[in-house]
Amino acid sequence: MTDTTLSSPRTNLSPFAGLMSGTVGPVTVVVLAILAIWYIAAAALNTPFQQDMYERAGQEHVQFTQLIADTWAQERPVLPAPHQVVVEIWNTTVEKKITSKRSLIYHSSITLSSTLLGFLIGTTLGILLAVGIVHSRVLDKSLMPWIISSQTIPILAIAPMIIVVLNAIGVSGLLPKAMISTYLSFFPVTVGMVKGLRSPEVIHMDLMHTYSATRVQAFWKLRLPYAVPFLFTSMKIGMAASLVGAIVGELPTGAVAGLGARLLAGSYYGQTIQIWSALIVAAILAGSLVALIGIMEKVALKRMGMAQ
Amino acid sequence: MLTAAEIEDGLDDAMKEHVKRVIDIDKLSLTFQTNDGPVHALSDIDLKIDEGDFVSFIGPSGCGKTTLLRVIADLEQPTAGSITVNGVSPQEARLNRAYGYVFQAAALYPWRTIAKNVALPLEIMGLSRAEQQDRIARNMELVNLAGFEKKYPWQLSGGMQQRASIARALAVEPDLLLMDEPFGALDEIVRDHLNEQLLQLWAKTNKTVVFVTHSIPEAVFLSTKIVVLCPRPGRIYDVIESDLPRDRNLDIRESPEFLKIAHRVRDGLRAGHSYED
Ligand SMILES: Nc1ncnc2c1ncn2[C@@H]1O[C@H](COP(=O)(O)OP(=O)(O)O)[C@@H](O)[C@H]1O
Ligand SMILES: [Mg+2]
Repeated sequence: MTDTTLSSPRTNLSPFAGLMSGTVGPVTVVVLAILAIWYIAAAALNTPFQQDMYERAGQEHVQFTQLIADTWAQERPVLPAPHQVVVEIWNTTVEKKITSKRSLIYHSSITLSSTLLGFLIGTTLGILLAVGIVHSRVLDKSLMPWIISSQTIPILAIAPMIIVVLNAIGVSGLLPKAMISTYLSFFPVTVGMVKGLRSPEVIHMDLMHTYSATRVQAFWKLRLPYAVPFLFTSMKIGMAASLVGAIVGELPTGAVAGLGARLLAGSYYGQTIQIWSALIVAAILAGSLVALIGIMEKVALKRMGMAQ
Repeated sequence: MLTAAEIEDGLDDAMKEHVKRVIDIDKLSLTFQTNDGPVHALSDIDLKIDEGDFVSFIGPSGCGKTTLLRVIADLEQPTAGSITVNGVSPQEARLNRAYGYVFQAAALYPWRTIAKNVALPLEIMGLSRAEQQDRIARNMELVNLAGFEKKYPWQLSGGMQQRASIARALAVEPDLLLMDEPFGALDEIVRDHLNEQLLQLWAKTNKTVVFVTHSIPEAVFLSTKIVVLCPRPGRIYDVIESDLPRDRNLDIRESPEFLKIAHRVRDGLRAGHSYED
């Protein structure tokens, strides 16, 4: 009881331990470590090309610091340095008009809209499938194997087919890309919701039975509330998968807009800085979307009285 | 061709014509098929419970008390014999909402406030808002939980949670209450208090109560009829009709009549045990 108050935990610790005690500390340390590794890797990977350049220009005895500085400032490096990516992102977001074809915000919004559409359809589909599977043995037995095997097909193989088939029947624009997001995002939602809808404790199911509750009543009053935390967790996975789907969906069409199109164009012209900035923006987008669902989860669980 | 038992039953029925038979169990057995082979949870159970009875099932753990109560509630199906509740099958009785069931654990829904938990069966029954509010208030009052309507289960102590679950069962306003060790996890003082409240409620309303316990004083204090069960296979060892007055308080536990009954229960439990060894 008392020994927790005897030694104050903050007095005799090293500054490093103090740094690691919050959440900001560890995150900062990890970010710094990643940046350091990135800079070193950039220098190492870009050195051969840089030395070719010196040779061609007849420069000899270049100082080491000069070499390093030059590897971090190439126009088309094998691996761009972090600050080059940051500058590129700055130039293509803040400095560009949103309507410009070179604006990353413009491209992001294209990808975002098919991500959200696909996610919405995928989540709805996932919930409906789960409800069917939980309530019907026949659906459980007949659908589940197909749902699982659907995810063993590599998305890169199936994406062009989906796009081509949908184009052939006259569906174009946002929807074909969104279909690929749907294809990737319905799965985690289905699996998570099946688990969630089946998770009520036996005693709670028995209670419903003693009330002679109908299946519909048991669903709304017991299964669904139980499944809510599962739903949010699987929606986070589904959202990230949706974004991947939307980007992948932009590759085979030779799309001219979207983050996927930026990646494609970047690799055509060896614009590695452009590729990396599109990648980083995609990662930021995914992180923000998942964080948004996390906030919705907190609010929902608090309103349900389940966040203590 | 009437057997002796049937004639006795008939006489019994004739004598008590004015009393309604609530539960009638006849040669009932229940065997669970498990991976380790069959478990004979109940074997050849004969039991009659009349309206207004307070019946306790007592016995060592694993003797089938919970299983028997669950059979009455249509939560388990017997493998042999017959049972009627209010003259119909347990399933029909359940569909008629003949009983309220109190589980060993409070089994409150964590996302519902206490009042909303009590409202759960009422919502399922499709009662009007006003009727729901009325029953919630009345039954929360009855179990001394007035003022805790807006709290969530995790904000309440174990005893209060169990009282909420009793209020939830009472709100259905059933004539038959099935209670599985409802006070098993509570401390002595709270348990005494709730026993007294339960007895008052029973005396006031002429409900029929079937009550599972493993406490001898609790069984003797509450019951008009004590059913002693013994295990492997689960069966009835003794049925003790209590002659204690219906109107009793905790002091009765010091009386010689009380101790006599308690003694007989203890003997039954002991004999049921040694039968095995
Ligand atoms: N669903 C079940 N499946 C298999 N065996 C069970 C099941 N429920 C209870 N039993 C067994 O039946 C016997 C009686 O159990 P129970 O009625 O819970 O006893 P009690 O309530 O008197 O402690 C025990 O041996 C128990 O293991
Ligand atoms: Mg039990």
